[in-house]
Amino acid sequence: MRSGGGLTLAALLGAAGWLEPDRAFAQAAWNKAAFDTHDLRDTTKALGGGDAVQSKDIEFFQTPEIAENGAVVPVGVTSKLPKTEAIAILVEKNPNMLAAVFDIPAGTEPTITTRIKMAQTSNVYALVKADGRFYVAAKEIKVTLGGCGG
Amino acid sequence: MAIGEPMKIRAALSGDTTEIKVLMNHEMETGQRKDAKGETIPAWFIQNVLVTWSGKTVLSAQWGTAIAKNPFLSFKFKGGTKGDKIVIRWVDSRGDTRSDEAVIA
Amino acid sequence: MNRFAWLAAFAGLACAPLASAQSTTDEIAKYRAALQDGNPAELWEARGEALWKEKRGPKQVSLEACDLGKGPGVVKGAYAELPRYFADADRVMDLETRLVWCMVRLQGYSDADAKKNPFGNGADKRSDLEALTAYVTSESRGVKMSVALVHPKEVEAYRIGEKLFYFRGGTHDFACATCHGENDKRIRLQDLPNLMTTEGAQKAYTTWPAYRVSQGELRTFEWRLYDCFRQQRFPELVYGSDAAIALTTYLAHNANGGVYDGPAIKR
Repeated sequence: MRSGGGLTLAALLGAAGWLEPDRAFAQAAWNKAAFDTHDLRDTTKALGGGDAVQSKDIEFFQTPEIAENGAVVPVGVTSKLPKTEAIAILVEKNPNMLAAVFDIPAGTEPTITTRIKMAQTSNVYALVKADGRFYVAAKEIKVTLGGCGG
Repeated sequence: MAIGEPMKIRAALSGDTTEIKVLMNHEMETGQRKDAKGETIPAWFIQNVLVTWSGKTVLSAQWGTAIAKNPFLSFKFKGGTKGDKIVIRWVDSRGDTRSDEAVIA
Repeated sequence: MNRFAWLAAFAGLACAPLASAQSTTDEIAKYRAALQDGNPAELWEARGEALWKEKRGPKQVSLEACDLGKGPGVVKGAYAELPRYFADADRVMDLETRLVWCMVRLQGYSDADAKKNPFGNGADKRSDLEALTAYVTSESRGVKMSVALVHPKEVEAYRIGEKLFYFRGGTHDFACATCHGENDKRIRLQDLPNLMTTEGAQKAYTTWPAYRVSQGELRTFEWRLYDCFRQQRFPELVYGSDAAIALTTYLAHNANGGVYDGPAIKR
């Protein structure tokens, strides 16, 4: 399986619908650079954007302010921004910032619920790509016991 | 190479929207932990996830080590009829892959 | 000031300061509520069901004829009535010892082999007993706890369990009652259930086994007791021992009337 920065031709063709999802997926890129950043700006850049604009149209839901254990922190993000294409979840004080990026095709609601690990109390960012531009909202989550290991 | 244990997938139709909830079986090892001997346990985690509905992609994702062990994911999409096939596939950092199916109920 | 209060105060000093005790409690309640949707314990339940039905062991037989107290193969509601006396073994057994019994007698495993991996650790060291426990207990979800104390050995197990609950020992002179005998106690931010009230006893017992987020594993009641002993600096509680079964009988019976709600998910 290939991993590397940016998109492979197969993934591009897949995104354009020219390959069956499965075949494109088998060669899906994993954006190594994006999973190696330590601040919001670098992460946004690695995801193909410039600066992210603060937005009140990005909301956290079912996301508690205190996590009893950082190994499992529930996070729900919803975007009211029109033409939302991707939602990413970032944890400022994790060993690397980017936890996940979800590509939202047309017809899928721009709402994701998942569970992340947090090393310590930190800001959690919901980074949204909508209509080609990047937007962000933040929420501080307190962690009583870190969850990355050791 | 398909390995590991099956995912638990729920696909529920409500009005004109299908809600997908999935629990995956994966260690999602961060590469930060040390074993009893003091050696670092290597990172091992799901990197790509693909969800299709009757062959059409309804979600794709790239994950890092900060997704929790035994990952949980929930989202909704417009459309779906009872009996439609949902396929969820992941590929991890070792190149292992797992694919499981469910039908919309 | 008794020894435990001193320890709790010391632990309290190490806590990060928070706005108010009540808002912290509320937020943690929200954390626990948010975890309920999508419990990884379901993955253990599915594996356990498969193991229950699979022909395994030297005799290549499934566990489907195993009698958990309600008749051979009856899984539904069985956990709510355990521990109980079993005539074929002439002893009181909890679920885990009964599973071992069936693995030995039906499937031909040696006792040592059946018990060799009670607490799993990761994908390479999965515990069959934890999976089987998850499956069997899930089939008691919604059922009211009703552990009977009819047979003399059941009564005896309860009485010994009660004595163990109050027994002070180990380097810190702890008993179960030290941490679990009063309201509103906590260790750091972990509140401790008061097991001497009906409500506390029910709530605690009916939520084990549970997926322990901090362990990344599903843990059973035998594990819970084993880990309590460890934290009290007691000698190791042997898996399936009379002591473990006695304490379980005491705590399970005290939870009678409570609706079983496991497998649950906890921090």
